[in-house]
Amino acid sequence: MNPTPPNPLALIAELTHRCPLHCVYCSNPTELTARSNELSTQIWFRVFREAAALGVMQLDLTGGEPLTRSDLPSLIESARAANLYVNLITSGLPLDERRLDELVSAGLDHFQLSLQGAREDSANEFSGTKAHAQKLRVLGWLKSRRVAVTLNFVLHRNNLDQLDEMLALAENSSASRVEFAHVQYYGWAFANRDQLLPTREQLMRSIDFFKHAEERLRGKIRIEYVVPDYHAKFPKPCMGGWARKVMLITPRGEALPCHAAAVIPGLQFENVKEKSLREIWESSEAFQKFRGESWMQEPCKSCDRRTQDFGGCRCQAFLLTGDAAATDPVCSLSSQRVKVDAIIAAIPANPIAPPLVKPDWLYRPNPQ
Amino acid sequence: MSIDPNSRPQLAAGVRLGENQGQKVLLMPERALRLSGPSLEIVTRCDGKHTVAQIITELQKLYSKAQPKKVEDDILGYLQLLNDQRALDFVP
Repeated sequence: MNPTPPNPLALIAELTHRCPLHCVYCSNPTELTARSNELSTQIWFRVFREAAALGVMQLDLTGGEPLTRSDLPSLIESARAANLYVNLITSGLPLDERRLDELVSAGLDHFQLSLQGAREDSANEFSGTKAHAQKLRVLGWLKSRRVAVTLNFVLHRNNLDQLDEMLALAENSSASRVEFAHVQYYGWAFANRDQLLPTREQLMRSIDFFKHAEERLRGKIRIEYVVPDYHAKFPKPCMGGWARKVMLITPRGEALPCHAAAVIPGLQFENVKEKSLREIWESSEAFQKFRGESWMQEPCKSCDRRTQDFGGCRCQAFLLTGDAAATDPVCSLSSQRVKVDAIIAAIPANPIAPPLVKPDWLYRPNPQ
Repeated sequence: MSIDPNSRPQLAAGVRLGENQGQKVLLMPERALRLSGPSLEIVTRCDGKHTVAQIITELQKLYSKAQPKKVEDDILGYLQLLNDQRALDFVP
């Protein structure tokens, strides 16, 4: 019997799977929810109130693309009224200045803009949309609006040679924070992984770059970075542990401990239309499934690191080994680490040289 | 980077005070800092009006039992931390 879990600190609200972009690394599940199945405004109002009552402080409004929801200003207002800090995770499309002002007046705290690179042609290739120019326009508008701004650059082996240019772009904007986020291999990114994974050398060079940038820009821009763990010795403490800090609500109202959890077969997800957030957080079968240590196999079961990394990522363990309770095979102590080594061995040695054949990307569609 | 004692610290755009489970917190992008005692006294004075010198003087009076130099060092250290997090700016 697991003890009562600590309170969640963050709620990730996937408002929709609709999106004008088709990013080749999108973390949405490959099965997308139709518009007609999205939660209503009223239900989101209730979810925000329940989240705050449960102890949540940070709300991420995301998707798909949250700007496709016409009720976004009301959602922001109600989230603020419920005492949540509101982060908007967005591509910047569709948006004009009038609408941006509406979002800021509604009480938006933080605008996090994604960028697919610093060069228009390749950025548009990775998003499958002519989006880059609009993002630069949005950056201009943000300079004269009072809201926290983060630029999120999504990194993979095809744009890792643009780090200097990306940083220059950030320094010319009003961003107080930059997140350099290497692609994580779930959803559409998992499907396109063979074209995205960087070499170990590329990864190490990027980390060097981030550390120098962090130092140089201390006090001017907060630099954060996320690295893919395929090249690591130990796995990431995914989400701060299964169902320990974060709750995610999908566009149709299912409560998940993370955005990828639906890949794990046999998990029953509760819906906010039927149960309260507290009930779901405390007793949902899916949330309880990998809490505590009773589910762990060896070597996790008796490993000193188990309270640090919680055995890594359950979704990744399932994706790579077929067993969601297995040690995350990224871990050097896993007997299945050889599977990850084989994937790494297949990464082309000279990734930046123009490929003989253009990558055959799997682009996500826009659900109707 | 040394802090100008005549500058006025001010919370940055999108950074604000909040409350969570009965405790005051400082909210910023994807992060929250719990505030109590000295940290709360410092942050509530980061209003763009108090100079760094005034904050130090006021807290030295408030915490009269503590060594004044220690209070000063602690305040400067905390302000530096908040600046590094981009939670505040120093207005000249």
